[in-house]
Amino acid sequence: MGKKLLIDRVGIEGIRYFDTYRKHGGYASVEKAFKMAPADIVEEIKKSGLRGRGGAGFPTGMKWSFLAKPEGVPRYLVCNADESEPGTFKDRYLMEFIPHLLIEGLVVSSFALGSNRTFIYIRGEYAWIVDILEQAIEEARQNGFLGNNILNSGFDCEIYVQRGAGAYICGEETALLESLEGKRGNPRIKPPFPAVKGLWDSPTVVNNVETLAAVVPIINMGGDAYSQIGIGKSTGTKLISACGNINRPGVYEIDMTISVEEFVYSDEYCGGIPNGKKLKACIPGGSSVPILPANLLFKTAKGEKRMMTYESLADGGFQTGSMMGSGGFIVLDEDQCVVRHTLTLARFYRHESCGQCSPCREGTGWMEKILNNIEYGRGKMNDIDLLWDIQRRIEGNTICPLGDAAAWPVAAAIRHFRDEFEWHVLNPEESQKRNYGLANYAEPREVVAS
Amino acid sequence: MITFSENKLKEAQRIINRYPQGKQKSALLPLLHLAQDEFGGWLDVPAMDYIASLLNIEPIEVYEVATFYSMYNLKPVGRHVFEVCQTGPCMLRGSDQIIDYIKQRLQINVGETTPDGMFTLKTVECLGACGYAPMMQLGKTFREHLNEEKVDQIIEECRSKAARNN
Ligand SMILES: Cc1cc2nc3c(=O)[nH]c(=O)nc-3n(C[C@H](O)[C@H](O)[C@H](O)COP(=O)(O)O)c2cc1C
Ligand code: SF4
Ligand code: FES
Repeated sequence: MGKKLLIDRVGIEGIRYFDTYRKHGGYASVEKAFKMAPADIVEEIKKSGLRGRGGAGFPTGMKWSFLAKPEGVPRYLVCNADESEPGTFKDRYLMEFIPHLLIEGLVVSSFALGSNRTFIYIRGEYAWIVDILEQAIEEARQNGFLGNNILNSGFDCEIYVQRGAGAYICGEETALLESLEGKRGNPRIKPPFPAVKGLWDSPTVVNNVETLAAVVPIINMGGDAYSQIGIGKSTGTKLISACGNINRPGVYEIDMTISVEEFVYSDEYCGGIPNGKKLKACIPGGSSVPILPANLLFKTAKGEKRMMTYESLADGGFQTGSMMGSGGFIVLDEDQCVVRHTLTLARFYRHESCGQCSPCREGTGWMEKILNNIEYGRGKMNDIDLLWDIQRRIEGNTICPLGDAAAWPVAAAIRHFRDEFEWHVLNPEESQKRNYGLANYAEPREVVAS
Repeated sequence: MITFSENKLKEAQRIINRYPQGKQKSALLPLLHLAQDEFGGWLDVPAMDYIASLLNIEPIEVYEVATFYSMYNLKPVGRHVFEVCQTGPCMLRGSDQIIDYIKQRLQINVGETTPDGMFTLKTVECLGACGYAPMMQLGKTFREHLNEEKVDQIIEECRSKAARNN
């Protein structure tokens, strides 16, 4: 059993409510933090090596230290609970089952950053979680952990929950801020970065739910102790939401020391593939990151065991590796069609493109159309090259990373599963009746056993 | 003219008060949610104009936001809207079959409403329930681990709720 710091208490009856949460050690980090100087809290976060859990993995302590502090200008902390990357449902789990952990993390973080008005921006579809969070906030206020002069520290803080209304792009931090200001969710051109000019032009830090929750154990145990968990620069624990063709879909907290193989096959985590099927492919970090065929999932191209860490998942770059991303772990068994799966992702990105940049707006539309043709037996051989060409022209040529996020899944699918695309083109009728199957992808268990 | 009830108006004011002076436009998304709930599940032009007047902003500022976000309905919808997720992870667990089954049960296509105005079927993209797939959103709730029996139950549940309320 690995170490659990975030969701270990979820099984406790009534942990959703303040009294129970408090009885089980809740809000201790606030008491500890308020005896520290804000700059020292930032220092602890730096020492912990915590990296943003929203997808990009940027060091949180460093981000916090970039926050501008001009005299007489308010600063804001905004919690990103937009969680819309396909395959990702970890923040929801944390907020739904242990909401006070997030609220506690927000109080400490708001104090460290000097935010008196902190917002949780949550995706609109999580409507019932808004109620859970608002209740937790109200309980925290009644118990003196929010409001004016918290614990006689002289620090005032309010937390508000703002519901989005159905737009993946609002997870991108500048689009989120636009949306929070009551506008369309069009990403802003950076610089200026939010740390200088964010919400209502004030210096702002945007962090993911899980990142802000991790602040609690870091303050409780100290940054150094936290940094001892994990391997290298992958410190601490990470929530992984696992889905697709596995026996035990759900949210798991791992300390970043286990192998991908253990994660897939151990009964503590995914519990293997149902019905005795074989593993075909996996998208280990949310829909935006490259898909890996089974034979590259458990071992890197160098033949090393692939671990559930930022570095190991990315080993080999985009040629033979992938990314930790948001921790959305999507498993495909031998019966699944990579073309069809990629088509659903292309449709998703076309649907979610905000339309500001032509490479993204037009490119996502074309990718969906071409994939649709291939999937439904109307594809031509050179469509595969055309797809490759379009994704290449999107990547790096847009205002925000959604363009890249749309390009990468298509690129990786063609890179690793080109024969499956070609089979669709060459067998337009047969491909309507059956899936390509495992074909010649290595059976991963054998690879691992060797 | 359409207006919020006194209670809703209070709630609207409470939301507006969250933001600093002069930043009341930030309340736009929450107020549009309120309006949609209050005014029959969709937003017509008078409803949007009303929100503009509450926030002291131009109607166009409301229209451009209402058209951007997928949760705002700009056309009337059925009493119960089935929003079935069709993205990859749900597809891997059989969402295509669930969508086909609902179409057949309700005798409508995606995007349509049953003639009695009871059900609308929509397909949507990932709702953050991939591990509990296949799934749909129904009002403020998620219905997860769907299969044909569960779909039947949900349809029954909606029908009997409507019968009770009539
Ligand atoms: C298209 C797009 C969608 C994103 N969606 C989310 C999201 O739903 N949740 C999230 O925390 N970060 C999301 N991000 C990343 C945010 O822009 C930002 O990096 C993150 O909230 C920073 O928090 P962290 O440093 O704690 O990870 C998204 C980025 C892009 C480009
Ligand atoms: S890359 Fe796409 S989503 Fe991002 S700003 Fe450009 S058009 Fe909008
Ligand atoms: S793919 Fe359906 S909820 Fe995520």
